[in-house]
Amino acid sequence: MSAEPAGGAAAQAPDAVRMRGIHKRFGSVLANDDVDLRVRSATVHGIVGENGAGKSTLMSVLYGFYQADAGSIEVFGTPVKIRHADDAIAQGIGMVHQHFMLVDTLTALDNVMLGAEPGWLLGRAQQRVRVRLEALMQATGLHVRLDALVGALAVGDRQRLEILKALYRGARVLILDEPTAVLTPQETLQLFGVLRQLRDQGTTIVLITHKLKEVMALCDEVTVMRAGRVVQALPIAQASIEGLAQAMVGRKVQIGRSSSAVRPRGEVVLQARALQARDALGVVRLEGIDLDLREGEIVGVAGVSGNGQSELLDVLSGLARPQAGSLQLGPAHFGAQRWLDPQTARALGLAHVPEDRQARALVMDFAAWESAVLGYDHLPRYARHGWMRHRGMRVATASMMEQFDVRPRNPTLASSKFSGGNQQKLVLARELGQAPRVLLVGQPTRGVDIGAIEFIYIQLRAMRDAGCAVLLVSSELDEILALSDRVVVMHQGRMAGALAIADCTEATLGLLMAGGAA
Amino acid sequence: MSTGATLPRWADLLLLPVVCLGVALLAGAAVVALVGQNPGEVMAALVRGAFGTPRGLSYTLYYATTFVFTGLAVSVAFHAGLFNIGGEGQALMGGLGAGLAALAWSAALPAYAMLPAMLVCSMLLAMAWAAVPGYLQAYRGSHVVITTIMFNFIASSLMAYLLVNHLRPRGAMAVESAAFAESARLPSARDVLGWIGVDWPASPLNASVLLALLAALGVYLFLWHTRGGYRLRAVGASPGAAEYAGIRSRRTTMLAMALSGALAGLVGINEVAGVSGKIVLDFVGGAGFTGIAVALMGRNHPLGIVLASVLFGALFQGGAEVAFDVPGFTRDMVVMLQGFIVLFSSAMTYLVAALLARLLRLLGPAKVRHG
Amino acid sequence: MDEALWGSVLASTVRLSTPLILCALAGLLSERSGVVDIGLEGKMLFGAFAAGAAGAVWGSTPVALLAAMAVAVALSWLHGVACVLYRGDQVVSGVAMNIIAAGLTVVLGIAWFHQGGQTPPVATAVRIQPLWPDAGQTLAQFGRLAGVLGDGVLSHSSLVYFAYALVPAVWWLLFGTRFGLRLRAVGENPQMVDAAGVSVARLRWTALTLNGMLCGLAGSYLVLAQSANFSHNMTAGRGFMALAALIFGRWHPVGALGACLLFGFLDAVAIRLQGVQMPGGAEVPVQAIQALPYVLTVVLLAGFIGKAVAPQALGRPYTKER
Repeated sequence: MSAEPAGGAAAQAPDAVRMRGIHKRFGSVLANDDVDLRVRSATVHGIVGENGAGKSTLMSVLYGFYQADAGSIEVFGTPVKIRHADDAIAQGIGMVHQHFMLVDTLTALDNVMLGAEPGWLLGRAQQRVRVRLEALMQATGLHVRLDALVGALAVGDRQRLEILKALYRGARVLILDEPTAVLTPQETLQLFGVLRQLRDQGTTIVLITHKLKEVMALCDEVTVMRAGRVVQALPIAQASIEGLAQAMVGRKVQIGRSSSAVRPRGEVVLQARALQARDALGVVRLEGIDLDLREGEIVGVAGVSGNGQSELLDVLSGLARPQAGSLQLGPAHFGAQRWLDPQTARALGLAHVPEDRQARALVMDFAAWESAVLGYDHLPRYARHGWMRHRGMRVATASMMEQFDVRPRNPTLASSKFSGGNQQKLVLARELGQAPRVLLVGQPTRGVDIGAIEFIYIQLRAMRDAGCAVLLVSSELDEILALSDRVVVMHQGRMAGALAIADCTEATLGLLMAGGAA
Repeated sequence: MSTGATLPRWADLLLLPVVCLGVALLAGAAVVALVGQNPGEVMAALVRGAFGTPRGLSYTLYYATTFVFTGLAVSVAFHAGLFNIGGEGQALMGGLGAGLAALAWSAALPAYAMLPAMLVCSMLLAMAWAAVPGYLQAYRGSHVVITTIMFNFIASSLMAYLLVNHLRPRGAMAVESAAFAESARLPSARDVLGWIGVDWPASPLNASVLLALLAALGVYLFLWHTRGGYRLRAVGASPGAAEYAGIRSRRTTMLAMALSGALAGLVGINEVAGVSGKIVLDFVGGAGFTGIAVALMGRNHPLGIVLASVLFGALFQGGAEVAFDVPGFTRDMVVMLQGFIVLFSSAMTYLVAALLARLLRLLGPAKVRHG
Repeated sequence: MDEALWGSVLASTVRLSTPLILCALAGLLSERSGVVDIGLEGKMLFGAFAAGAAGAVWGSTPVALLAAMAVAVALSWLHGVACVLYRGDQVVSGVAMNIIAAGLTVVLGIAWFHQGGQTPPVATAVRIQPLWPDAGQTLAQFGRLAGVLGDGVLSHSSLVYFAYALVPAVWWLLFGTRFGLRLRAVGENPQMVDAAGVSVARLRWTALTLNGMLCGLAGSYLVLAQSANFSHNMTAGRGFMALAALIFGRWHPVGALGACLLFGFLDAVAIRLQGVQMPGGAEVPVQAIQALPYVLTVVLLAGFIGKAVAPQALGRPYTKER
């Protein structure tokens, strides 16, 4: 895994950051497994990987939010112990988080100053900070209106402020966590200019991202992580988008399927046109989405997490409203003015297995037999004249548990007490039990043990064979490839491409996922 | 008030309230000893006063009746994720509603029409009083805790105004309304037991104790056996899951507050129809806050609330008796104890639960987590 | 309306607002740091009791003041243990505080003084006297306005002036010092403060301590300057009115001052307006005026007269979540 030095001068300076043998476990999840990281001084170093690859955890360890279970950290050649954000800041490490650490009701100046105020009299402290900050802004080219309230600043400005804040505290190593997630293309270019300038001035930049195009454009060196381990570390000159994409998503791709028989095209049961959706901050999350779902097919939505897949599921299930677009679901037509709601969706034969099991799919405090009717309490077998039929509910739950092998077979157990796999099976039992015409599934096997995964795949295929239209969103590419008849790839809120399963290869998919043309 | 997954369910529901009560009693006993009383003597006198005589028992149950209503009110709101501190004001409005109906119609209507009319009017007015803060929370984001506190004060001002300026009979000095006709009075326990030949001492205990039990049963059935109750609990337990299920949270919030208010309003039936037979100025006397203690102790379950209400009723009645027997003891000790119970049953629950969990782990075999 | 009435209304307003201001400032500091304070009433009550008891027993004003502040600080710390340390429900803890105070003050009062819950009257020497009681009369010779001002503004006790002086002091603390900046930040975004290397818990504990001291002062005002002893439930809802004033003043010292003055004015005017005929012929209902502070607060919270935006992190216990 060793790489050649980036340049003459940099080769002499000690590495900005050297992490060796980092282990970090959260319960049963090994987030970092013997990770080595080597960031050379005055370079832009990219750390890429899927969600859950461990890159955020690694940086959190570096910044002091977590303590590693094992391993060592060296900053500019000195071994250090980082127990708290304080220590990291003292070592010259600054972090710009994905969710900004800013107080909206304070000015930009106050936000920078907080925690490092020169003196307890605010007025005088503010003057001193202003002088230093203006010099810093001149030197780096990062300009922010210091007296504006942060709440009034645009997203790009807030990010610049975060960078200024880190630099003000003396950061020589600047970590940026998915910085372009909230930026427009123009703002992204501006940011890159700033980062290059900072690097040229001697700051070391670590960029956590999954956007491979940006990595190729900006970084000097890149480390690829997958499933808690480092799989590749190399200078950018030796890297390519395809290679990085492959390393990032893994090579254990099975195109093997139970039956690759060509199917007759079924009727269209769901038709979405020109969907456009924004999030609470006004950032566009879906753009121009056209989607047709037919009876008896599984459409897999591939793509790195955060490219609009979650928003797509929310919009199609009625949990969110798009700004523009239309939807034809069975006989009913919906426009952005009068959109679908979850109840109507269910009445029209749409079932939804949400990505977030704990906060959406189940009521954790309810017993299993109560969670088992969530969303369906209007059905005659569960309630009559407003009266819940407990016996019917329990019987139904027991039968669900039997059919889907949910353990323990105890309908009175609280939903939170089941393991992740069994919770998922219960949710699937509930949704699939309605014999829906359209099934939306998000991350069906996240946090699910191997035994249950196979079972879930069998169920999904059975639904497809029975004529259901299934939309499968998953960040596991192997899962998409194992189950889908058709694959669409999402990148930055758009459909980057659509392929029949026979045409899918790691290379083409990886390229589409990274934003390259097919 | 979930304590997390550290305690097994039986301990969470049964043992924890008892332990919290024990801790609160210890704190209370410490204060009692501090002021020179004998805690053991006080406890014994308290129990005697609350349960030792038929008259004492009657008073205990009469107090418990009011606490059941306010406790149910608080718990229904809790199940929807809301904190309704407005029980005081809602109970006042309930009494006002019942009283206004009585003043208007009691002369003309027989009891079997008047009493249901009073019931409906008390619930409606109290419901409206709670629905406004509920609406403000659901649709305008105003924090229900603050608005219900404000509405408590507005209610007592309104009550004072009406009594002084409109409801007080001309020339009367006392701040209360005219008395209702007989048809607007609930039979007392003495009356009812007299019908079956039992000689029972006079006391404020009246037929509304049965209403309280019915209300508890009704709340239990509603929350756990109806669709409305299921949806209400879902909104309180997991707003995200409720949204996923298509449950309208805002409407549910309003309905929960309305129901909560209606339950608190039934205090009016107990006090106004059952005891005084006229509208008096402050017949609630802090019962709204006791309702909070009762709901917390009863873990927001109707059965627990009934038991906790009897406990608090016993404290109030026993406390009054102790005040006679033991020099220097007053009802305020009971108030103080109530405060300790609220403190330990909720704000300090984590502390108590953590200690209890550790104790259980030491004593019993390890419980296997399923799955 | 003659000058005597104006002067007396002004004087009453200033005096009635004083405990409200002290309590509102106390609540301001706590809530700006993110900790809900429903227990203002209980702390003020207990402070009043402590001042009355200590004043009667030790016959010294400083001791009475210190006792009041110490007791209220202890209650604030108890609230802190329940809420900051153990992350319990802040509203319930406040409610518990109020109930405990209501009961415990009378229990101790009866046990120590045997006067049915009251404390014996505090000696005149211990009470806080007006600095210039004849101001109104003396200044009247310089004109009617001077007389009104003399009566209304200059004839008060030192504690009153101290309370009013605290308003700019708290304003300066909040907006002119490093502590104030951090305090304002921690009530909006405690994660940010933590990430900047500042202790969230320490800020909240400091705020709670200051909160206790101010509540203690508010309570001691009632006993040392207003009445002469402690009696059962003497705060009579003032703690909640201070909370309403705090919210009505949008969590800002000057706003809170304005709201307290308004509420104090309504209180002063309520009694005086009894029996007075309105243009329509009906009498002014004193209860309507008494309810007005609460009605105004609800109207404000409903968003009908502008928005009252609470500190973002108010009421949410801080856990280092990742």
